[in-house]
Amino acid sequence: MKLLTRALTGSDAFRANRAAHLGMIEAVAEVARTAAMGGGAKAVARHTARGKMPPRERVANLLDPGSPFLEIGATAAHGLYDGAAPAAGVIAGIGRVHGLEVMVVANDATVKGGTYYPMTVKKHLRAQEIAEENHLPCIYLVDSGGANLPSQDEVFPDRDHFGRIFYNQARMSAKGIAQIAVVMGSCTAGGAYVPAMSDVTIIVKDQGTIFLAGPPLVKAATGEIVTSEDLGGGDVHTRLSGVADYLAEDDTHALALARRAVLHLNRAKPATVQLQSPELPAYDPEEILGVVPADLRTPYDIREVIARLVDGSRFDEFKARFGETLVTGFAHLNGIPVGIIANNGVLFSEAAVKGAHFVELCSQRCIPLIFLQNITGFMVGRRYENEGIARHGAKMVTAVATTNVPKITCLVGGSFGAGNYGMAGRAYSPRLLWSWPNSRISVMGGEQAAGVLATVRREGIERAGGTWSAEEEAEFKRPTTEMFELQSQPLYASARLWDDGIIDPRKTRDVLALSLSAALNAPIEPTRFGLFRM
Amino acid sequence: MFAKILIANRGEIACRVIDTARRMGVATVAVHSTADAASRHVAMADEAVAVGGPAPAGSYLRGEAIIAAALQTGAQAIHPGYGFLSENPEFVDAVTAAGLVFIGPSAAAIRAMGLKDAAKRLMAEAGVPVVPGYHGANQDPEHLAGAADTVGYPVLIKAVAGGGGKGMRRVERPEDFAEALASAQREAAGAFGNSAVLIEKYVEKPRHIEMQVFGDGTHAVHLYERDCSLQRRHQKVIEEAPAPGMTPQMRAAMGEAAVRAATAIGYSGAGTIEFIVDASDGLRPDRFWFMEMNTRLQVEHPVTEAITGIDLVEWQLRVASGEPLPLRQQDIPLSGHAFEARLYAEDVPAGFLPATGTLDHLAFPAGARIETGVRPGDTISPWYDPMIAKLVVHGPTRAVALAQLSRALAETEVAGSVTNLAFLGALARHPGFAAGDVDTGLIARDLAALTEVPACPPGVVALAALAAAGLDQPAAPQQGFSLWAPLRQQVTLHAAGEDIAATLQPHGPDRVTVELPGHTLHAERRGGAWSLDGAKAPGTARRTPHGIAVFGPAGTFTFTPVDPLARLAAAGAGGNVVLSPMPGLVKAVFVAPGQVVAEGERLAILEAMKMEHTLTAARIGIVAEVLAAAGDQVEAGAALVRLEDEEPKEAAA
Repeated sequence: MKLLTRALTGSDAFRANRAAHLGMIEAVAEVARTAAMGGGAKAVARHTARGKMPPRERVANLLDPGSPFLEIGATAAHGLYDGAAPAAGVIAGIGRVHGLEVMVVANDATVKGGTYYPMTVKKHLRAQEIAEENHLPCIYLVDSGGANLPSQDEVFPDRDHFGRIFYNQARMSAKGIAQIAVVMGSCTAGGAYVPAMSDVTIIVKDQGTIFLAGPPLVKAATGEIVTSEDLGGGDVHTRLSGVADYLAEDDTHALALARRAVLHLNRAKPATVQLQSPELPAYDPEEILGVVPADLRTPYDIREVIARLVDGSRFDEFKARFGETLVTGFAHLNGIPVGIIANNGVLFSEAAVKGAHFVELCSQRCIPLIFLQNITGFMVGRRYENEGIARHGAKMVTAVATTNVPKITCLVGGSFGAGNYGMAGRAYSPRLLWSWPNSRISVMGGEQAAGVLATVRREGIERAGGTWSAEEEAEFKRPTTEMFELQSQPLYASARLWDDGIIDPRKTRDVLALSLSAALNAPIEPTRFGLFRM
Repeated sequence: MFAKILIANRGEIACRVIDTARRMGVATVAVHSTADAASRHVAMADEAVAVGGPAPAGSYLRGEAIIAAALQTGAQAIHPGYGFLSENPEFVDAVTAAGLVFIGPSAAAIRAMGLKDAAKRLMAEAGVPVVPGYHGANQDPEHLAGAADTVGYPVLIKAVAGGGGKGMRRVERPEDFAEALASAQREAAGAFGNSAVLIEKYVEKPRHIEMQVFGDGTHAVHLYERDCSLQRRHQKVIEEAPAPGMTPQMRAAMGEAAVRAATAIGYSGAGTIEFIVDASDGLRPDRFWFMEMNTRLQVEHPVTEAITGIDLVEWQLRVASGEPLPLRQQDIPLSGHAFEARLYAEDVPAGFLPATGTLDHLAFPAGARIETGVRPGDTISPWYDPMIAKLVVHGPTRAVALAQLSRALAETEVAGSVTNLAFLGALARHPGFAAGDVDTGLIARDLAALTEVPACPPGVVALAALAAAGLDQPAAPQQGFSLWAPLRQQVTLHAAGEDIAATLQPHGPDRVTVELPGHTLHAERRGGAWSLDGAKAPGTARRTPHGIAVFGPAGTFTFTPVDPLARLAAAGAGGNVVLSPMPGLVKAVFVAPGQVVAEGERLAILEAMKMEHTLTAARIGIVAEVLAAAGDQVEAGAALVRLEDEEPKEAAA
């Protein structure tokens, strides 16, 4: 049962892989570090000079000391808006308050006053989606000027725009998922509804304000001259309006009040799975960097990764001799039972059917699923099409789409084409989706895409009687390859929230453990599968 | 031998007696007040009888109830311990009259030694040297002042019926005599119901050396001396045996005098003859004088047990049950050197004020004999002596024993109350004490250095901060996890009157960067314990219900994590309230609402343990409320008097 490694930790290949991975990790770390500094030293200094705590410290001090913080979208909006919105101007993630897993969403007022860019909205909504799917109480640390006006067409009108935040709050509250707001700065216009729509609202004296229209707009509209504090300060809202429930002296006090509010939620995790005592893997997760080739095109045995993720490196492999390009099996991760589905090559019909079978098994037993994606796609060609690979692939996609057990996906390599679907890509609503720095995601490989386009083009030229030199073809293909290479990069993907974040591969076990733990806050509903095309 | 005895006491001495009784196969009956119902001595005894309320007068001093308990439980004898009824001849008479055995001397012997002046006369007649002084019945202040002039200043005024430093005053100059006399008489009257005092010569460079004696009513032996010179205001702090610098001649002379004293009164049982020794010229056989005899087992008896290997309580039981003295004088062994340190719940920086509290944490090192009446979780109440424990060490030489004492004190862990542990540690390290150059003035002379509050090393604060954050517990695998940017969490600790802001940045379950004002330390957990900057941490932190205590070589440091929710509640209490600095009895209140008081004006007198404390106004003001009345028993921190916010106009003008 214990996996045996074939890795040679002293080999040149191991060292070279490790060096390459460390380089890729550092590139992400650099971006994440910059994003964590928010709007920069000057803006932070202005912020703290007002007696306000920097937003990351607010998050830290809301959480239990030593609480893990599973941050989502740490590099969101990277490279967008000319770099104006580090981390999309909002910090979000799963942490613990009095031992209870909660979703924290904290506006970063040092980033353009905490206003909502399109990615800010997307990140906020994604955080809410995670909270709703996993039944995580939400704590909003509000300090935002509302919608970013120049981007209003991208943040206001559509379904998944600003208004959806309050819709989600109402829907979650209806499901008994607590909504707690701590008003630590502005809450203007639509933003006023975050505290107003919360179950419990705390407001910081002399700092928090809540109003539909600020003093300038009031003056313009009615001529009334009023100060922010008199219009919608903490005193007004806790004494007169009732919009807020608790008046806090300062940030520290407000966070302590929020922690106390969580203490009174009376929530317990449902007993959904049989837990075991956690056990470390027999092989050091650190070795992942050496066992995984730096070049995506180099094949390797995914079991080398599994051995460095699961408890005791023990893996009960299911159907090991059938459809060998898909590895399926049972294990425990930090004591939590899991079913693992991992790619070990291109998907054939047998592998797809095996995958569907395994998803059925886990669904039957209410075992959470982990997908380790390294997939170039389903096999193509006449033989495969004729045997109905689309039909077999559809079985796997159906199973993955309709199962109700929690799915956690990690992109450990390529994520191309329909393989992405069968392996619980973003569109298949895994509870959380993480990417390694070496991963790539696109509809197909850049070379293949350029090849397809070039073939079409060559046929056109030749049909018209023209000729197309090899140089011309190469020149034609180059922009496509380059575009695919750029757009398939994890930083590009994560900037657009196609995933929940890029992770250091060495932390994969911890990330999966925390993801699973968060997912287990929601009861596991029985599955009713869609129709399997037989 | 008795089949069953009753111990008419509490605390460590009751436990001590039970230990020996149990070893000898003697069943034990404890008595207790309602405050002590769950105390250690009750738990240890075979049977226990409640004898009254918390105040000693209503329980441990109720002789008739205690005798009734003995009769009811079938105990054949009563061991009085020390204090309470141990030197009360009427109680001895009553015990005997009830057909029970009093484990101690006869009532006659106690009476003979009970009044100091009579005792001195008796001793002088028996040929025991006594200090020059006036021990007469004439208590006229002018007569006493005249006596003081005759004896020669400095003089000591002592309560005739006294003990333990109560009603005792040292007077340097004739002009101070009258005031000191009045104060001593008042204290004596309050404590003993007898205001009579005696006047004695005040001895320069005095040492307090006492001889342990043991009699069977006819014969007596001595078990060598104890040096109790390390005293603070006549309270013994550290005792040792033998006395440093003791010579065979001096020991022989003192021993002979002590045995003579005991035989003179037909003494039976354990007793102590206290001598004052003039050590200005070393120990000389012609420079010791009888002071008093304690007709009971002494607190510090374990040092004698350590050097002789004799169980004095066993001897007490054997002699009381009619056996002869177990050993002849020449057969009593003497080996090595022993120290005893008295660990008290007391606030040393505040002037050794008695303290109370629940001992949230209590741990003693192996290698020392620990005599204690409390367990972890027990309470030091305001009703009784705030002793936590006696630490007794024994080594082949004085230097080795002293090193053991230092180590034992350093490894003793008490949380839940302030203690004199650091003071005892400083004393154990005192160069003069180490050299054996002791006298009863040593502590007073070096008090500032001995009570200096040790500086708190940054490492200790770091440990406290880690504990406050709960990071002292074994970590969950994902503790401190973050994807890319570690979180910085703030912990505010309150210690020694100030807030310390610490920032913790976890880098995983076992690595944390701790930022303190002026210091950054890297904590790493190895084998379950934190190391700081690669070195062994300067102690261990323990979380208690009342805060965090860090125990280490630099001492015990306590911290209270500041709860932001509690902080604001506390902000409501202003500085206009005069609080009781310690638990005690309100003796008198001098002010009434509406009264204007000047800065420094007396507001009330609080009696705690053995002292009267005057509470004064910190500023001029108008009394708004008087919250306590004379006779009230108050806790430490209880509000006694509240002043108006505003200062009076006429006084301010």
